[in-house]
Amino acid sequence: MDRIPILKFGNALLVTIQVDMHDRLATALEEDLTSKIVEHNAKGVLIDISALEIVDSFIGRMLDNIAAVSRILDADTVVVGMRPAVAITLVELGLSLTGVKTALNVERGMELIKARLRTSDTDEEDDVEE
Amino acid sequence: MKSERLDIRSSDDVVRVRQLTRTLAIEAGLSLVDQTKIITAASELARNTLDYGGGGVLLAELVEALGRRGVRLTFEDHGPGISDVEAALKDGFTSGKGMGLGLGGARRLSNEFSIQSKPGEGTKVAIARWK
Amino acid sequence: MAANTGTVVELVGSNEQTILPEWVDLQKKAGSLQTGRISEGELLSQSREFLHLLRDGLARGGTDASNPAYGPAKQLLADISRSRALQGFSPGETATFIFSLKQPLFNTLNRNTALSPAQASELTWSVTLLLDELGIFTLEVFQKSREEVIVRQQREIAELSTPVVKLWDGVLALPLIGTLDSQRTQVVMENLLQTIVETEAQIAIIDITGVPTVDTLTAQHLLKTVAAARLMGADCIISGIRPQIAQTMVHLGVELNVVSKATLADAFAVALDRTGRAVIKLRKTAAGSDKNLKPVEKGL
Repeated sequence: MDRIPILKFGNALLVTIQVDMHDRLATALEEDLTSKIVEHNAKGVLIDISALEIVDSFIGRMLDNIAAVSRILDADTVVVGMRPAVAITLVELGLSLTGVKTALNVERGMELIKARLRTSDTDEEDDVEE
Repeated sequence: MKSERLDIRSSDDVVRVRQLTRTLAIEAGLSLVDQTKIITAASELARNTLDYGGGGVLLAELVEALGRRGVRLTFEDHGPGISDVEAALKDGFTSGKGMGLGLGGARRLSNEFSIQSKPGEGTKVAIARWK
Repeated sequence: MAANTGTVVELVGSNEQTILPEWVDLQKKAGSLQTGRISEGELLSQSREFLHLLRDGLARGGTDASNPAYGPAKQLLADISRSRALQGFSPGETATFIFSLKQPLFNTLNRNTALSPAQASELTWSVTLLLDELGIFTLEVFQKSREEVIVRQQREIAELSTPVVKLWDGVLALPLIGTLDSQRTQVVMENLLQTIVETEAQIAIIDITGVPTVDTLTAQHLLKTVAAARLMGADCIISGIRPQIAQTMVHLGVELNVVSKATLADAFAVALDRTGRAVIKLRKTAAGSDKNLKPVEKGL
């Protein structure tokens, strides 16, 4: 079965969803991410959905679940790149994904994760200027 | 006008429903937001048909009325049916594993919505979105 | 009856030289040229062409306006009506084109001594009905054209009246003015979200100082916009909420987890702060004017 690749990026994981996902693929991604977070001791998970043309309640629930699970495992989940039409539709559908952090693009998402790491670990010095 | 039938038997068929809906929505000239809405609604209803109706069939039509074009989707299954349709339309209602946004959500995303269901006989849901 | 219409056809054909000037004269008296929207030459040629088509219609279709023989005549009327609607003629001025033809036509009928009084009155009646029907047709086309104009203008207003402006790098503002109906709010929403993507803005300020009332549906639309922007990764601040609008929102029962500020200036200050910037005064000025205030990057 196909699986969506998960890339390691410093102490964060990056997932780029590029296909029209069927439900099994979404479920597999949820499981894979959970084990990778533990395996790499990741502090952040970036999910890039800029290629997705729709997000229905199933994928919405997957994103919510990933965020909830990663929170328990001490990692931040940031969903990045949601298209305007997708955002409008999700809100109309009744899903606001309140437990999920969002950012405009991968770069901004990474800044969010870094910012959180900085507040939790003050020894780390990072350049944060834009 | 154009119409097409599609069996809904697996989660791959749900993907096919989305693709077919997209093709028709583009042909009807729906705006990007409207396309996204009807595709999302189609995805919700196709999953309902699969998960709760035990599979079924979609009739997808390109329609025209009063000079406006649109897409009409009719999902039909012969599953257990819904005994309380009103309750099923409320957010949060679910008899399965979903978030319970399927029916109510699909209604909000459509310009037209109708549902017929009899316990023990099945469910028929029709939605339409106009340009 | 058939013979009678034949008479009209003949009369219209042979008396064009008297009917046409009389008709055009009546139209001028009714003020068709007053506004200067069309020239006398144009009016004359439109009238002449219609008279010819009317004769053709009478010859082949009798006095029944629904007969296909009247197709070309109706087409011309539709064209004239449509162009007059766009030129800003009133419905009355437009209808005058047809109705003022009655008098010269009847005068011609009356001058013809070959007809018995009974025949003349019967003919007058059927021609009246014909012209009335054509007149109503003209008005219907006129009305429809005006409606099309209105729809187009509504769309233009909706697009023009919702400018998204960039206040600072990463900070957008959407100053809303006028009544927000659902349709317009939707255009606003899509516009704003699209601009957020294009400019990679982190914060969007929706200023509703210029909005007199917000109904339940509009308030919901605004809140949905805020929710959609958040899903995309941008924050919204709503500014300039009037007291009664605030009440509407509370009555809605919608939890206002939206940052709102009294004025656009306050909202801008918040936006600058969130993007790591602040406004400081460079030097003292006598009148305490704001001219020398300049945003600077705030060290973290």
